[in-house]
Amino acid sequence: MLRVAQGCLPGACKVKERAIASNHGDTVLEVRDLHTYFFNRWGTTKAVDGVSFSLREGETLGIVGESGCGKTMTALSLLRLIPKPAARIVSGEIILDGENIVEKTDKEMRQIRGRKISMILQDPQTSLNPVFTIGNQLMEALGIHRKGDRKQMLGQAVDALRSVRVAAPERRMDDFPHQMSGGMKQRVIGAVAISCTPKVIIADEPTTALDVTIQLQYLQLLKEIQAETGLAIIFITHDFGIVARMCDRVAVMYAGRVVEDAGVRDLFNRPQHPYTQALMASVPQMERTDRLFAIDGQPPALYDLPEGCRFADRCQHAQDVCRREYPQTVQVQERHAATCWRLDPSWTEPALAGSVE
Amino acid sequence: MPKELLRAENLTKYFPVTKGLLLMKTIGHVQAVDGINFSINEGETLGLVGESGCGKTTTSKLVLRLEEPTDGAIFLDGRDIKEFRGPELKDYRTQVQAVFQDPWSSLSPRMRVRDIVSEALVVNRDVTNKERDDRVEEVLNQVGLRKAQADLYPHEFSGGQRQRVAVASALASYPRLIILDEPVSALDVSIRAQVMNLLVDLQRQTGVAYLLVAHNLATVRYMAHQTAVMYLGQLVEYSPTEELYENPLHPYTKALFSAALPSHPDDEREEIVLQGEVPSPINPPSGCRFHPRCPFVMDRCSVEEPVQQDVGGGHLVSCHLY
Repeated sequence: MLRVAQGCLPGACKVKERAIASNHGDTVLEVRDLHTYFFNRWGTTKAVDGVSFSLREGETLGIVGESGCGKTMTALSLLRLIPKPAARIVSGEIILDGENIVEKTDKEMRQIRGRKISMILQDPQTSLNPVFTIGNQLMEALGIHRKGDRKQMLGQAVDALRSVRVAAPERRMDDFPHQMSGGMKQRVIGAVAISCTPKVIIADEPTTALDVTIQLQYLQLLKEIQAETGLAIIFITHDFGIVARMCDRVAVMYAGRVVEDAGVRDLFNRPQHPYTQALMASVPQMERTDRLFAIDGQPPALYDLPEGCRFADRCQHAQDVCRREYPQTVQVQERHAATCWRLDPSWTEPALAGSVE
Repeated sequence: MPKELLRAENLTKYFPVTKGLLLMKTIGHVQAVDGINFSINEGETLGLVGESGCGKTTTSKLVLRLEEPTDGAIFLDGRDIKEFRGPELKDYRTQVQAVFQDPWSSLSPRMRVRDIVSEALVVNRDVTNKERDDRVEEVLNQVGLRKAQADLYPHEFSGGQRQRVAVASALASYPRLIILDEPVSALDVSIRAQVMNLLVDLQRQTGVAYLLVAHNLATVRYMAHQTAVMYLGQLVEYSPTEELYENPLHPYTKALFSAALPSHPDDEREEIVLQGEVPSPINPPSGCRFHPRCPFVMDRCSVEEPVQQDVGGGHLVSCHLY
């Protein structure tokens, strides 16, 4: 255990408040059986293949998984920003604030993006335009959604910068991105994202490019903004530490599908899917030094998916049935579901399979 | 008692900041590494942690002799590496190897794995083709790749396998020290454990020492015997890993550790949130370099530079609190 610093100055230290709120508001986003496929001359790549989840006001949903498992494509589908014409939302519904945005036209989407749903990208160096000032880029987003004169907008932009705790926001408005540090740039991107008060923000690994101490500042800032505004956040990450620190609910994705969906405590205390279990065991921890569990092999290619469970080839428990047929989703308990044959009533653990040669 | 392999004494590297094109004037120095001391024992791992820009990579470049130190020296087996010339330098290059962060850019896309792996051997030692092929086969086997894969190109491998190729090429010349510069941070979560286990196993088998540069504290804890914490070019704390993680003393180390993310949602831990960011190494703060961000700052911190002290058990810390 880490020893706790003594004699902190007021304001310098904060004891972590980690009350996981259970009384969230109404559902703001519901995704039902979403399929986003890429079509090319060689075949179909099933990037998102039947993803469902829901998100309530003030809630934080973590989407966890390896690269190439469909996390980012899920997020881009929500914004309808998937690369066209290669990719298409084949089926499914995305109900944002009561409206199915899959059916919206591009023109209607422009009114929705930024105002109802927006996104923070991974790399702050590339998501700001280097030839425009910070103020310019903030006002671009505001100009699309808000009417009003330039002076009003300027005030709103300064307010947005202030809300992400940028020091001296009036002066920073005229800065160019290269004059700011990485953490500061990521704050500006946060300001752009929240400037039109959206209901949902998708944060796609927003802190991977930041240092640990800056990462903590940023995560705390997001929590504070969420507490003030009741934002719903979708946190895309591969770091279980961020999940533990930030999220209320977690969806674990593997090869385009959600394999486990649970409250954060349930997931950490009783992970059900072998992939979740393996992933957790393979992460080194501060308190432990025993040998790490390594998952053998690679995830399957999304253009050549196996018939059965997609994790079967890397799973310790896999049996014939796993390779033959995709398992049913089993409700383990309230709001905790996993998709694995081991949870099926017909499953029998082989009696010491290891001893049979 | 393990034998000391490499020692750095008062290691310093300043990069000049210049102005003007024809009549260049030096207007300052980036104090990338400023008077650090450390040693690495045979078969052990020294972990170097700190935020970006604190001088970790410059330190590893100095050890690789890719940069000349401004002051101070590095000794291998008690001999100053600056003195090495000709065959001795070639020998040094085989003894100290490196594995870099990103296996997508550290392996030449136009070379076959066989040539990548054997390059250090061919350049620095006289080997016959037979010896070379035998060695390539042996190291590929050690890192868990097949012999037949020696004829493939890097693009035919996945990220984890590429990093295995990079490790194999570092191993080929029988090194005694390998610099691991963020060896797993570019890899996928499920692959990281594979590579970390491999590195630990190889150390046990071959007795190679590692200088592990990383910012992930859990990785360092898992692999390192000794850990040094760097801030703005200086070592603020240096201790056996076990002791450091049980009992961090320097306020910066404490803040760094508390900023590491929890492993469970119920993990109640005091979070010390540092205000501001790392100051510029061109004009580092006076006195203790950490004082503008330190929650325990005292009057003397801004004036007087703290002296490194041993608080017992080889645990060194540079702070006025101790």
